[in-house]
Amino acid sequence: MTNWKTLLGATAAALTLTFALAAPAVRADEQYFPLQSYRVGPYAAGGTGFFGGFIDYLNLINTRDGGVNGVKLTWDECETQYEVERGVECYERQKSHPNAAAWNPLSVGIAYAMIDRITGDKTPLITINHGRTDSTDGRVFPYVFPLLLNPYSETSGIVNYIASKEGGVDKLKGKKIVVLYHGSPYGRETIPIYDLLAEKYGFTVQQIEVPHPGNEQQSQWLTIRRAKPDFVVLRGWGVMNPVALKTAAKVGFPASKIVGNVWSNSEEDVIPAGDAAIGYTAITTQASGNKYPVVQEIIKTLYDQGKGNLEDKGRIGSVYHNLGIVNGILNVEAIRVAQEKFGHRTLTGDEVRWGFEHLKLDEAQVEKLGAKDLFHSINVTWDNHEGDGYVTFQQWDGKKWNVVSDWIAPDWKLLRPIIEKSSEAYAKDKGIKIRTAADAENLSN
Amino acid sequence: MSVEVLSTPHGQTDAAPFAPYVWPAIVLLVAYAAVPLVANSYFLEALLLPFLALSLAGVGLNLLAGYAGQVSLGSAAFLAIGAFAAFNLNLRVPGLPTLVNILISGVIAALVGIVFGLPSLRLKGFYLAVSTLATQFFTQWALTNFGWFSNYNSSGVIDAPKLSAFGFEFVTPVARYYFTLSVVVLLTLFAWRVATSQTGRNFIAVRDNEVAARVIGIPVLRTKMIAFGLSSFLIGAAGVLWAFAYLRTVEPAGFNLDRSFQILFIVIIGGLATIRGAFLGAALIVTAPVILSRIGSFFLGDLFDSGVLEMSQRVLLGVLIIAFLILEPDGLAALTARMWKGIRTRLGVAASN
Repeated sequence: MTNWKTLLGATAAALTLTFALAAPAVRADEQYFPLQSYRVGPYAAGGTGFFGGFIDYLNLINTRDGGVNGVKLTWDECETQYEVERGVECYERQKSHPNAAAWNPLSVGIAYAMIDRITGDKTPLITINHGRTDSTDGRVFPYVFPLLLNPYSETSGIVNYIASKEGGVDKLKGKKIVVLYHGSPYGRETIPIYDLLAEKYGFTVQQIEVPHPGNEQQSQWLTIRRAKPDFVVLRGWGVMNPVALKTAAKVGFPASKIVGNVWSNSEEDVIPAGDAAIGYTAITTQASGNKYPVVQEIIKTLYDQGKGNLEDKGRIGSVYHNLGIVNGILNVEAIRVAQEKFGHRTLTGDEVRWGFEHLKLDEAQVEKLGAKDLFHSINVTWDNHEGDGYVTFQQWDGKKWNVVSDWIAPDWKLLRPIIEKSSEAYAKDKGIKIRTAADAENLSN
Repeated sequence: MSVEVLSTPHGQTDAAPFAPYVWPAIVLLVAYAAVPLVANSYFLEALLLPFLALSLAGVGLNLLAGYAGQVSLGSAAFLAIGAFAAFNLNLRVPGLPTLVNILISGVIAALVGIVFGLPSLRLKGFYLAVSTLATQFFTQWALTNFGWFSNYNSSGVIDAPKLSAFGFEFVTPVARYYFTLSVVVLLTLFAWRVATSQTGRNFIAVRDNEVAARVIGIPVLRTKMIAFGLSSFLIGAAGVLWAFAYLRTVEPAGFNLDRSFQILFIVIIGGLATIRGAFLGAALIVTAPVILSRIGSFFLGDLFDSGVLEMSQRVLLGVLIIAFLILEPDGLAALTARMWKGIRTRLGVAASN
């Protein structure tokens, strides 16, 4: 009985501690980043790289500059394993911490579940290079930002690249493209836009799903071999990518005819595939490698002092790590923009939203941040939450990625009406009032 | 699975101190009056809502697995069917009240459950469990591959509509908690009535000895079909709550085999063939990982990254579950009954033995 009592007492004490006293240590001059990260599960490679880069950049700003104009950046992590329920639990948990700047869940499913919630809280939700395409329309989604590249722009960029390989968009006529996509909300996001572009340019498209997580693709690749496409677009994620490349080699489909999307473009996707990945090309918004000044500073300030976030130093400057750094730059610069307007202090979520809606970094400013050639530029406005990011293509030579194209602009003019049609339908469905430019200047918290 | 594991735990029927309805009344009073006063939105949104929804699913599976002895690994499929049926009914039948919607969605899940329950007429035990896997995979496949189910939404994720009943809209966490609680209470009451009726006794008879049940004139075929239907009905309704009240978004991948196992563990750990076992089991399965993860990140968050913590929590949770099952193979329901009896003996209310 005594044992039970002790156990009960200890449990009760621990519970009180975690729920009652675990009020987070809040600083007066902080800006808090709730990180719904994932470091275990099938997508851990993406999670550790991205969140590692993000944390490294926030850490760099704190260590080198003492924060953003004296305001320290703080964060904590909550493990989601890329699962929606866990992401929601993390959101509820981290929401109680005040001074939140922006959410960055790096998961389309979790982002979808959070849209209504963060809109109620008036805190921005950043889905860099992914997310719900029509959230680009800031008139309907005031707090959601698919920064740099939304899935439709990515699709347009890939199709334009294939056209340039074939010798122009008019040469696409009669060609055949297979899209192999991940069986998740993320993977399915681009189905309608491929159909639409196929109709517009006169190529045929066949879209094949790989069920999550994608470690068995024999039947899909046999179908592809029968279909004899001119190109295969790999819209994968995590373990699905190396398996796709290996299976392609097994059925004899050349890697040079496979074009990866922005979540199939990392070292972690090609290295496990070995020689099967040589010649494989993928789209990216940020270059890989550690020669960029900002990456060098992270190495010098953090990793040389043993304060870096990545366990494996060999991954510094990898695609995911650099994407995390770029994401850090965009978040921090949005705060800086908002601070110039509202004062050098802790900002509310709505003020940070205003900052993102005025986030304009041209090539000169990007260079000043030490990120020249790491990414091109961004220009977010109140109604364009993507910010016209540029893309480039890189080819794997068995050891590293080599850039094989210039910075390319997706066909935004073509995509905007499609996005607006979708977002307006959403607004009508949910009874959302479409925002005007004046509304965007109105801050409510 | 042996009869010993399946049989109703002992020790809860003898010498009750109060009338049998006093305990549920206290619990209801606390749930309706006290909890919303003290709980913040985190408690309601992240703990109580999933707890209530999974408890109802546990009650549903317990009718089938605990009372009627038919093991099913397809529970998540019925959650999904309930959720997607409710979404489509809401979309395609304008002005349908949410409560009616829940009932119809439950009935749809029940019909599917009866169809997939047919193999139980020939298969038993592990073989039946494997055949119910078909439900699991088929449902997920169908919901993913036929765009109609998600209204051709490009990413397959659907936005759940607002809950409303009797002119109220249940938007705030407290309101959604009350809504969920009321539905769960009503349906649990219904499940309890079934379990204590002739139908419930038929379930137990079929479970304990099918041949004997047939000999004494119990319609085995019908009883099994009723068990599958009722169980799927309750799980389907739980799916609606899960999707509409808790997550407020649905995607087929959220209803995978892991979820089925989770519900099965709730029933086994809580106590087979008890109603309150489903609630106790859900409380452990839903809250234990969260508590562990909070303790972990509070005390050790600065030392280890979240991946290491997550892995150690899994190990710890596994050890906890094994410890519970060794301490009390009849589940938490029997464990709490024994503890309560000990307390009463100490207080001198009951004779010690």
